[in-house]
Amino acid sequence: MSQTVHSSGEQPDENRRDFLTLATTAVGAVGVGCALLPFVDSMNPSKDVLALASVEVNLANIPVGQAIKVMWRGKPVFIRHRTEREINEANEVALNELVDPQSDDARVEKKEWLIVVGVCTHLGCIPMGTATGETRGDYDGWYCPCHGSHYDTSGRIRRGPAPLNLVVPEYEFLTDTSVRIG
Amino acid sequence: MSAPQWNNKVVKWVDDRLPVISMLHHSAYEYPTPKNLSYMWNFGSLAGFVLVTMILSGIFLVMNYTPHTSMAFESVERIMRDVNYGWLIRYIHMNGASMFFIVVFIHIFRGLYYGSYKAPREMLWWIGILILLAMMATAFMGYVLPWGQMSFWGATVITNLFSAFPIIGDPLVTWLWGGFSVDNPTLNRFFSLHYLMPFVILGLVVLHVWALHSVRSNNPTGVEIKTPQDSIPFHPYYTIKDLYGLGVFLIFFSAFVFFAPDYLGHPDNYIPANPLVTPPHIVPEWYFLPFYAILRSIDFTIFGIPAKLLGVLAMFASIVILFVIPWLDTSKVRSSKFRPVYKWFFWLFVIDTFILGYCGAKAPDDYFLGIPGLKVIVMGQLSTLYYFAHFLVVMPLVGKLERTKPLPASISESVLKEGANA
Repeated sequence: MSQTVHSSGEQPDENRRDFLTLATTAVGAVGVGCALLPFVDSMNPSKDVLALASVEVNLANIPVGQAIKVMWRGKPVFIRHRTEREINEANEVALNELVDPQSDDARVEKKEWLIVVGVCTHLGCIPMGTATGETRGDYDGWYCPCHGSHYDTSGRIRRGPAPLNLVVPEYEFLTDTSVRIG
Repeated sequence: MSAPQWNNKVVKWVDDRLPVISMLHHSAYEYPTPKNLSYMWNFGSLAGFVLVTMILSGIFLVMNYTPHTSMAFESVERIMRDVNYGWLIRYIHMNGASMFFIVVFIHIFRGLYYGSYKAPREMLWWIGILILLAMMATAFMGYVLPWGQMSFWGATVITNLFSAFPIIGDPLVTWLWGGFSVDNPTLNRFFSLHYLMPFVILGLVVLHVWALHSVRSNNPTGVEIKTPQDSIPFHPYYTIKDLYGLGVFLIFFSAFVFFAPDYLGHPDNYIPANPLVTPPHIVPEWYFLPFYAILRSIDFTIFGIPAKLLGVLAMFASIVILFVIPWLDTSKVRSSKFRPVYKWFFWLFVIDTFILGYCGAKAPDDYFLGIPGLKVIVMGQLSTLYYFAHFLVVMPLVGKLERTKPLPASISESVLKEGANA
């Protein structure tokens, strides 16, 4: 860089110049950051993806003791019409035995209907146990074949590498036999 | 080095304005190369060849591929059945990925054995690790594109790894997906990045070669070039040696492409992706198995850090640790040829990575090689322990304690001595 020669012979004001350099750099960095933001945000879920964020399900055709899978936000949701025995099993567990302690009451709105997101909280596989005849694991709920997580009749993690219970989605009963998820 | 004089007027005219011909002449013709390089030094140029093969075959695949969840699988099948020589181009690309990793893994083990990471080659080594990381990202995203069952579930499991990070985990995964699960936006962005990454790798390769040519090639003795007698020009001596190696490699590559094109893949990936059904056994491609085994072997909590996060950290650490080995290795001697103790640990480490690979391919509750009582998960944990102990304990300690063999005075001397003994 060329040295500026001041007619008066005084030295250039170093502090003033440093301040200007820093301020210019800072403004430039903020500008670059602001310009990047739209690009980063463009990778977040788009409006059409968000628009498909809720789904209504008719429950009338699910007999007691059976379960179905419905798609919600690209993921399966398990809806199980629980038997008396399954409800009791879920309530009999002492909370301090659980990996992720949560009472069954806190996980259901109506006792006979268990609604959980059917995605293993370990690495995202779909646990088995929804279709009749599939293994339901050692706790009568679901069993994830990928890394061996067992879930109970309330969808709570009981054994295996998964850290959390199956997620309960937001849902609302529209009538006794129909529910809106999301 | 003086600039060569060009007799051809056109060449001279161009070179006077942009010395690109001189540069190529320096780096691929007169580059002074140690005269004792073995065939272990072929794998760098082989990796370069595979990179070019992958880029070219990939460009032609893209002409017929459709990156949409409803059409991706079928477009790949169309390439296989209807596009002229589509089957060949796809099998080259598919097996080329495996070849790339075979070649690069041997290249890395070569570097480890002969101490090619030690001063002054640290930058060269680092750029190499960056290339490996870029290759892994590229291979992972490429595997998702055919949109088969393994594509979909591999993508689901691997992207879910990022949910292990506290607080930022879930928003990060949603951002990676562009939705609430692996879906069309995910496929599209992986396609875009899969096309981009090879050119990033190409840029890194240019830096890698630049760094190589400024610090010069290591060699089997690990002794630097000291006099002009120690080196020979790259051309014709190593161009011909590299070409011979390329011929042998192409036979190996073609054997897979023409006679066992699906041997290294997984049959489940010929089932179209189904978000409602998880395959009973999700296994990554073979080149990720050792890292997958490290990930899975952490099934315990330390200091309240959950197993899932620890596993992810251990897996990333298994590669990141390579960045610091120039300082973990305390030995003054580069080549394991002159390190009678470390040599054995090196081979133990090689075996360890194979055991990890085997464990990664099996279910955690299987028995290791069918040995009763020895679970795969336990063997995976022991191998993971050795993997890290090799770098963190063996390298620093053996380097200090070992009595190394006397080094030859120069490359020339070692070559003459070997000649006399033969």
